Amino acid sequence: MTVTEQHQDHPGTGSRTSLRPEPPSRSGLRRQDAMWATVLIAPTAIGLLVFSIWPTLLTFYYSFTSWGAFGGHTWAGLENYTQLLHDSELLQSLVNTAILSLITLLSVPLGIVVAALLHRPDFRLTRFYRTVYFLPAVTLPASIALMWRLVYNGDFGPLNWTLSLVGIDGPSWLADSHTAIYALGVVSIWGSIGYNMVLFLAGMQAIPRDYYEAAELDGAGSISQFFQITVPLLTPTTFFVTVITVINALQAFDLVFLMIGKTNPALEKSQTVVYLFYEKGFVESQGGYAAAIAFVLLAVILVFTAVQFRMQRRWVHYG
Amino acid sequence: MAALCVGLAAAGCSGSDTGSNGGAAAKAESGAVTISYAIWEKPQLATMQKIAAKFHAENPKITVDIQLTPWEQYWTKLQTSLKGGSGADVFWMNIPNLKKYANGGVLMPIDAYVDRDKVDLGNYVPAVMDAYKFKDHVYALPKDVDAIALWYNKELFKQAGVDYPTADWTWDDLTAAAQKLTDPAKGVYGIAAPAEDQANYDNTILQAGGQILSADGKKSGLDSPEAIRGLQFWVDLINKYHASPSLQQMTDTDSEQMFTSGKVAMYYGGSWTVLDMKAIPEAKRFADVAPMPHDAQHYSVSNGLGMVINSKTKHPDAAWQWVKYLGGKAAAQMQAETGTVIPAYKGMADAWVKSSPEFNLQVFVDQLKYAQPLPSSIDTPAWRDPAAAELAKAWTGSASVEDAARKAAQIMNDALAKEGS
Repeated sequence: MTVTEQHQDHPGTGSRTSLRPEPPSRSGLRRQDAMWATVLIAPTAIGLLVFSIWPTLLTFYYSFTSWGAFGGHTWAGLENYTQLLHDSELLQSLVNTAILSLITLLSVPLGIVVAALLHRPDFRLTRFYRTVYFLPAVTLPASIALMWRLVYNGDFGPLNWTLSLVGIDGPSWLADSHTAIYALGVVSIWGSIGYNMVLFLAGMQAIPRDYYEAAELDGAGSISQFFQITVPLLTPTTFFVTVITVINALQAFDLVFLMIGKTNPALEKSQTVVYLFYEKGFVESQGGYAAAIAFVLLAVILVFTAVQFRMQRRWVHYG
Repeated sequence: MAALCVGLAAAGCSGSDTGSNGGAAAKAESGAVTISYAIWEKPQLATMQKIAAKFHAENPKITVDIQLTPWEQYWTKLQTSLKGGSGADVFWMNIPNLKKYANGGVLMPIDAYVDRDKVDLGNYVPAVMDAYKFKDHVYALPKDVDAIALWYNKELFKQAGVDYPTADWTWDDLTAAAQKLTDPAKGVYGIAAPAEDQANYDNTILQAGGQILSADGKKSGLDSPEAIRGLQFWVDLINKYHASPSLQQMTDTDSEQMFTSGKVAMYYGGSWTVLDMKAIPEAKRFADVAPMPHDAQHYSVSNGLGMVINSKTKHPDAAWQWVKYLGGKAAAQMQAETGTVIPAYKGMADAWVKSSPEFNLQVFVDQLKYAQPLPSSIDTPAWRDPAAAELAKAWTGSASVEDAARKAAQIMNDALAKEGS
């Protein structure tokens, strides 16, 4: 190997003495490849370093400091982490986040079903429905929040109006601490079905039609085709979608910020970890403590993702 | 170089030579400059634009760029941008936040400018002017002063056969009227009793003889028997007399909306809501204002906005020009005559009252006789919202008023103790 490397440096001279001669043009290409690879990766690599890795390291450092409202921090040791252990608000927000993530996971099976329905070649208005389902994924969170707040309004909302037709007196969904987190969960599912559906559609398009044709010849109906062919062959996509959905759900912020708000009596039972991070860091000026919260969340996400990667051996089938 | 000197002088390093340097700075800043000006109230935007246009006509070299950020995001955006060394040149400040920002060194003291231009601080309502002094420095010229009063729906009163509220009303009169006005069949409640500090319980705590914050600023007064009485008054309206919508209902639809849509007959509203009320044709017909009912004493809290300068502004002189103009008589008059706010500039209240003859705005002005500035400490935001969230548990009935008040006081005391260290 060292020999060929030498030849790379002197492409004109070594080919005759080399044990494994390689055309000089190829090693030249290799060097060019390396250069181009570096050039092409550089923007992403620099971006990651500057906007992800460096801030992560800084945040880790800051989680051991105490901050004033306007800059200036002092070393606090493990103080923030001891405070974490006694923070019932953080514990509650972890519970809330877990509930919200579990509910949001429903968008995975629902996404498969919707994708399967829209994948059928004989289905009319396919494009229209695909757009309708994907719309929430590209709508501004603020307008989503505004619309759902109207829907959920206890006195004037269409949801309670509908319920009143069958004699049910609905609560103030977003302001009642028993219902708020579930109300958010429904919006979260609604918001992620479209994105998941698109990924599942892509996965389904990669399944060869022959399987279905063969199944049809054997007399399998569309439902058994779905469970015997589509679902098993989609498991790699399902795995990816599940991981992404869980990570996104664990980082939920905008729905709480826009639909609950800080004067809502249901806030305690519906605020997520990231919302608490925002409250502590940006409203109550406890930058160091907020950094520690961020690290707890990072740890939770790492653990969940690692568990999912281990579990995939049991149910994910690659080709 | 000259500009740098003035920048330092303005920051309070030496008052004696500002006069001579002021002239030099005018030369140094001879080019056109744009001053960014951050505000949070959309209803006031039009008036601010009018004032800025007039200012620009008189000072052609200075343009004011008004940046509107909704209240919910204003303080986080401001704090983050100031921390990052940017932020608007001039921005709105309120009493609860002044000490935090002044203490953090992000506001420019304006003493030197005030002395140089001989601005008479006696022109302003003293309670608000004093609130903008911190550690022997002046940080703002006050823009306005606000008051709370009782808005009531004349038509609902007539229908229920209840006499209109008067200046003699006590809490008991209010409670009795609210019960009579409540009509579950029509979905109408007597009063809206949200868990709001400035608009409601801060006032009743004072009226009951309690304090939110001790005089030395070191201890919470929320757990005193008087304060608990002041809080209980509101909680009873919801949970005992059922004369108010629940806190959950008022979270979905705020009390101002409930009032303007005829769902509640009374609510405590601020003088800053007058423009909103004027904008609704039906409200002009049925709404009017009465003084806040009293208890043992007449008392109310009052806030007032100040215009402060970013200590890192690149154009301190131009920023001051704008602050001086906004704090001056002409701008105060424009704010009053458009009904925007009660100017903090003395003698302008009459013009504000006359701007909206459809409502009896004089009661807001009269209310100021009993006004105390909103309670504030070095880091008010560290306890104001968390304490309010704790108190809200009494409103929803998930905690007793005593327990909620005790926990809120604890939160407040912990935060106050941290300020000292």
